[in-house]
Amino acid sequence: MDNKIMTQKDLTEVKRLQLAKKIISKFLVYAFLIIIAIAVLFPFYWMLNSSLKDRAEYELSIPTFFPRNPMFSNYVDAIKAANLGRLFINTMIVGISSTLLSLVVTVLTAFALARLEFKGKNIVFGGMLATMMIPGELFTITNYITVNDFGWINTYKVLIIPFLVSVFYIYLLRQNFLQIPDELYLAAKVDGTSDLKYLWRVMIPLSLPTLISITILKMMGAWNSYVWPRLVANDNMHKLITNGLRSTNLVYSDGTTNFPVQMAAVALVSIPLFLVFIFLRKYIMKGVSRSGIKG
Amino acid sequence: MVYGKNQWKAWLYLSPALILLAVFTVWPIFNTLRMAFLENYGLMSANGGATFSFGIGNFLKVLQYKKFLNCLGNTMLLTVLTVPISTILALLIAVCLNSIKFLNRFLQTVYFLPYVTNSIAIGMVFAAMFNIVGNITSADLSETGNIIVTSGIINNIIEFFGGQPISWINAKSSYAANIAVMVIYIVWNALPFKILVLLGGLQSVNKQYYDAARVDGTSRARIFTRITVPLLSPMIAYVVITGFIGGFKEYSSVVGVFGVNMGPVGDAGRLNTMVGFIYDALENDNQGRASAAALILFVIIFAVTMLNLYVSKKKVKY
Repeated sequence: MDNKIMTQKDLTEVKRLQLAKKIISKFLVYAFLIIIAIAVLFPFYWMLNSSLKDRAEYELSIPTFFPRNPMFSNYVDAIKAANLGRLFINTMIVGISSTLLSLVVTVLTAFALARLEFKGKNIVFGGMLATMMIPGELFTITNYITVNDFGWINTYKVLIIPFLVSVFYIYLLRQNFLQIPDELYLAAKVDGTSDLKYLWRVMIPLSLPTLISITILKMMGAWNSYVWPRLVANDNMHKLITNGLRSTNLVYSDGTTNFPVQMAAVALVSIPLFLVFIFLRKYIMKGVSRSGIKG
Repeated sequence: MVYGKNQWKAWLYLSPALILLAVFTVWPIFNTLRMAFLENYGLMSANGGATFSFGIGNFLKVLQYKKFLNCLGNTMLLTVLTVPISTILALLIAVCLNSIKFLNRFLQTVYFLPYVTNSIAIGMVFAAMFNIVGNITSADLSETGNIIVTSGIINNIIEFFGGQPISWINAKSSYAANIAVMVIYIVWNALPFKILVLLGGLQSVNKQYYDAARVDGTSRARIFTRITVPLLSPMIAYVVITGFIGGFKEYSSVVGVFGVNMGPVGDAGRLNTMVGFIYDALENDNQGRASAAALILFVIIFAVTMLNLYVSKKKVKY
């Protein structure tokens, strides 16, 4: 054994160098990835850390990295001051109803475009896809006038209806429906099954992952939407959570921003999203990689 | 093509989507075009019975506005800075992540976290991190804006490494510092999507190319530039194009950090963007100008996308 190594001394030397090189490059790769991970996580840590401090501790010139005396009361203050309970209810009403309605519309449209034959189908589908190129701001200007004319300002309708139809979701679901073999549909037709029953019993179960992705992205959209709600719904009964968070001034009596309570409010708005992400990670990442749409 | 007997059924299923699209998508396209070419069109005065003459005055006024040019400059600067930085960083992260097994899934999840956040809410966290905390009165700021009393975690970190603290976002902060904060935040926010797409691309690359290169003794750097980047070029083109489109529509991340004033205290609107300009015009009852600005934005996005597609057609290998 010893003898053999001696005779292959050069080879061992080369191998050792290669191994050393490999270990160093692995170390560098991990070091880089972990530094990035820390940079990604730091704002979340700092949000939680700050949200549990009192004013004196928050304003120390040398910050503490763990709250000395956790102030859970900041969270109670945040809920009260920013009216988070009401904002949460409003957002859930809008999120759930717009998601359900959007699913119904998307499923029906995708079904017609994927499974039924009719004149003008390609024109309808092509026209829908063409609208995807136009930035949303172009629609917003006129839609603002339209909802004004309808008298919808400060209602739930204005938050649910105008952006209900997403051409992208229709496209996504249509592609999914197209993968379901025609034979299934024809067999169902022979058996006298109605379209809607077939849709409900066969197509929807088979494309459940896509439907779940759409549901999550739509709910996240309602939770994160800011621009349109701020434009059209600013009363307490209809204000959505992101708008409420940004427009509430959490200040001390001397007028400076009360950062601990503000960070508590931010944490309360962020945590539901994290919970959804932890439980439905697979669907979110799949949906996002295909869409590239944030919210 | 044989059509079913029940063609009306197809139209019935399509009708909810078509009606909504007609009212909230198709009509706005025509109406926005119309308003853009009606001089000084405003909703209030239109409802009051005023008539507007046809012309390109809205476009001329918008393009002459100092405010608009400022918004255009900010938007371009942020886009030109953030798209390359985030794309290169995401590419490096994806390649590194693809080369390891231990901690792979955990790190993937961590890197994706910024995506599932609210860009307004986390913008407020960034504001808190870059902010100078404590009772700073203007007396504490010397003539040059140097901070005498300081805290704020980012400045603490800078001081820890021996640097000078900077007024990042407070009153009297410099434009460069403001932009730096926005670039850091936007890159932080843009990484997850880019990493996800690029990593997906890497995982579908045929391993044989790498084996062949290894047999030939090709260096790592050469493998990266000659194999990885060309094979990934469709995904790189995709994240660059979506990055440009997103960059030109930047708005809510600025609102997150600086609030609806879109600038540091005492200099509202300094960091306003194209989209912000459109909403300001809308809120000031100047739908004509808002429409003109939106059309200009559309033309810019369209032109940049076409340019990107043209370049990527030449450069994308597969």
